[in-house]
Amino acid sequence: MSAAWFVVRRLARDRSALVGLILIGALLLAALLAPVLATHPDDVFELHPAQRLQAPSGNHWLGTDRMGADVYSRLLFGARITILIGVIAVGASLLVGVPVGLVAGHFHGWFSDLLMRVSDIFLAVPQVVLAIAIAQTLGPSLPNVILALSATYWPWFARVVYAETRVVQKEIFVESTVALGASPWRLTALHVLPNIASPIIVRASIGMGFTILTAAALGFLGLGPPPPTPEWGRTIAESREFLPDAWWYAAAPGLAIFLTVMGFNLLGDGLRDVLDPRLRRGRTPRDD
Amino acid sequence: MSGQPPLLELVELVRHFPVRNAFGRRTGWIRAVDGVSLAVYPGETIGLVGESGCGKSTLGKTVMGIHAPTAGDIRFAGREIGRLPPRQRRAIARDLQYVYQDPGASLDPRWKVLHSLHEPLKIHTRLSHAEREQQVRAILAAVGLPDAHLDHYPHELSGGQQRRVGLARILTLRPRMVILDEPTSGLDVSVQASVLKLVRALQETFALTYVFISHDLAVVRAMCARIAVMYLGKLVEVGDTALVFEAPRHPYTRSLLAAVPRIGGRRVTLDFALEGEPPNPRDVPSGCRFRTRCPLVQDRCAAEEPPLREVDGRRVACHFA
Amino acid sequence: MTELLSVRGLRVDFVTDGGVAQVLDGINLDVGPGEVVGLVGESGCGKTTLARAILGILPAGAARVRGGEVRFRGADLLRQDPAVVNARVRGKAITFIPQDPSTSFSPLFPVQTQIMDLMKWKSPRAGDGGASWPLWRYPRGRYRADREAVLETLRAVQIPEPARALRRLPHEFSGGQRQRLMIAMALLPQPDLIIADEPTTALDVTIQAQILRLLRELVKARGVSVLFTTHDLGTAHEICDRVVVMYAGQEMEAAPTDAFFARPAHPYTRRLLASVPRSDGEIRDIPGDVPSLVAPPPGCRFHPRCDHATPECQARPALRALAPDHGVRCHHPVDGPVGAGA
Repeated sequence: MSAAWFVVRRLARDRSALVGLILIGALLLAALLAPVLATHPDDVFELHPAQRLQAPSGNHWLGTDRMGADVYSRLLFGARITILIGVIAVGASLLVGVPVGLVAGHFHGWFSDLLMRVSDIFLAVPQVVLAIAIAQTLGPSLPNVILALSATYWPWFARVVYAETRVVQKEIFVESTVALGASPWRLTALHVLPNIASPIIVRASIGMGFTILTAAALGFLGLGPPPPTPEWGRTIAESREFLPDAWWYAAAPGLAIFLTVMGFNLLGDGLRDVLDPRLRRGRTPRDD
Repeated sequence: MSGQPPLLELVELVRHFPVRNAFGRRTGWIRAVDGVSLAVYPGETIGLVGESGCGKSTLGKTVMGIHAPTAGDIRFAGREIGRLPPRQRRAIARDLQYVYQDPGASLDPRWKVLHSLHEPLKIHTRLSHAEREQQVRAILAAVGLPDAHLDHYPHELSGGQQRRVGLARILTLRPRMVILDEPTSGLDVSVQASVLKLVRALQETFALTYVFISHDLAVVRAMCARIAVMYLGKLVEVGDTALVFEAPRHPYTRSLLAAVPRIGGRRVTLDFALEGEPPNPRDVPSGCRFRTRCPLVQDRCAAEEPPLREVDGRRVACHFA
Repeated sequence: MTELLSVRGLRVDFVTDGGVAQVLDGINLDVGPGEVVGLVGESGCGKTTLARAILGILPAGAARVRGGEVRFRGADLLRQDPAVVNARVRGKAITFIPQDPSTSFSPLFPVQTQIMDLMKWKSPRAGDGGASWPLWRYPRGRYRADREAVLETLRAVQIPEPARALRRLPHEFSGGQRQRLMIAMALLPQPDLIIADEPTTALDVTIQAQILRLLRELVKARGVSVLFTTHDLGTAHEICDRVVVMYAGQEMEAAPTDAFFARPAHPYTRRLLASVPRSDGEIRDIPGDVPSLVAPPPGCRFHPRCDHATPECQARPALRALAPDHGVRCHHPVDGPVGAGA
């Protein structure tokens, strides 16, 4: 745990990473405390057609949408959806991609080539396009969105883990542990994996941003969770016919998506700077 | 030493590496170890010397099992180990161990020293945690390190301390034989002296047999009773260190010894005559490998490869020794 | 005799994570014309820093020159205009042979590119050098003359078929050959002083013998001085006329090679020589550890590990001349040959 604290402290020194950290913190707060922070928590379900498309005011901080629901409150609940999609999709990608990468990295024959070619095939298709195809085939719903996103993101993990495994394998401490008589299982689980954890973490953070963006795209195209789920992408899609008059209707979720993705990207970049050179090697300084 | 059967016996050991072009097609072989026969007896320290490219490191790693032999036998305590299935080969690590040039680098940087020292026992024995702990502390004392170091990460220790931890890790298994690969390469003279003293002390404490691989002839002379000189994958001279240093028979051994600076004596570079560089292990010359640089070369040397034969109390591979 | 290079009282600090390290503590050093001086010391003694300080290539962010002077041909390099030093001294009057031959060449270009680039700026025929405008002008006549000089020097360092060799890529040369190329590049500008930083450490012993002989022959023939840093005493014995030994940022003893190895006076020198592995198998090390340069011991930095230390060693000893050219900085120099109990 002290390692995690150490990382946070170092991150805080990097201004852009700090911004990222704050944005993600705000997102998490919004999601966790949505029922408390929302001014009109019931507006997720209830409709007030009489109050539709009102501009931002003291009562409705970010205005109302076409159903009269409070945009601000729906935004907060939308944060929950966003995080859910992001975490589960990236988590599933990790669970598939990391073992594939480890196995491909460990072996040296046709089998690892095969695995990497399969992941290359997935990577060859743009993620959004593939996600759309899968979601379209399966039908719009939250689980299907998550499935589509996992299916398109796992190769990124596989590729990073494969490359890093190959590098770590050449390290002397790996060779010496083999010489000590360690089995490949022990080697991979206890030695290789901890030493490649940093690139995986960085990739996961950046992946969150990317995945959330793609999820919003799917939502925008109507392939995401159906109404009345306050998913941000879908909200933007709904707002289209009322632009440019009801500008708040699109601006709020749009800005939310933008800040979230940027937050994860900044955090990921900051993590990359902090984690990789520092913890990788404990080199004694060169003499003289 | 005499009378006892050898602890390690190499019989025409060969290790070749394929050379592949950009398409993965094999275009040739690097004949790193090309037929080495050697016996190592219990309790002795035998030096394996040669310059870069001679194959001494590859030989050490092949014996250790890091590389699989291309041909030939490796017999350890009478048992052939070069062609064992992986699980059984891993079990041999209990008795036969290998020390890297920088033993500190053999430690996982993310593991505490304590953890690293427990690991060999976890792999090979079924001892309880308490029993392992006891062993670990005993070994740590034997290499002269305080218990406090157990709680540190490798990078928190100095280079010398890391080296001792690396050695300790190997010794937890109480191996019978240890292959030391360039243990003092790149070290300052005084640090080298400390390392050599430690290596010697450990040999006494643990009754170890050493194969001491080094390119530093002065060190080998001080540490090893027997010496084997390697050139381009084969042994060219094997015998008692004192004898070989006093009166080297192989032209390469002579050149090698002539190149070593002698402090307080005449400048060796004034007389040094060996020209050129060793050929690429990819294109080994026919017949005797040293003939491209040998002052005694004649036609016979290109046609016939000289075998390692008994001459004057040691074995030499030269037609004219 | 006017010295070619004269370092006086040089103090250099390095800013590190752990504090300010006093890497050089008032170094005095002399190199005469045509002389090969060996700078011997173990890791951390500051010999590479000293070499870099003379060349003026200390890392700008971390290193601070606190005092002292580096006089080359009479002028203090530390106080001269850096542009002038860059144009006239560095790479021209003082050249450098680095330790690791494998990283000295850009792997993308044939060696010819790098060598002719050097000649473009630093050739003896280039006039006063300096950043002349236009930067790309390389007069035909001079180019031909320079190329001739390059080929001749490559022959002198025993590179076979120099014209063909120039067109090859660096990885096609072995370590020994690359070091020969570096020697050639160090000689081409016709320098007064070559600073060689452990040039044979990475080489096999037989190749090292060839390179050392070659280097010594060439510099003696051309009257070039050499400052040769090494941690290997044998190498120093082979190639040097004089040896200076350093410990933890201080110079301890300076003497002609024979006297240095036969009658070392400083306790550290004696210990160092005694720790070389002996043929009878006896091994002696030096107890204790190299001190931290952030909080070094006062006065003579070896005194915590020295058998002959007394309280007066906490003040830095002045230079004592045991013989006209044999100087020691020690309060208790030892007499007699090594082996008589260090």
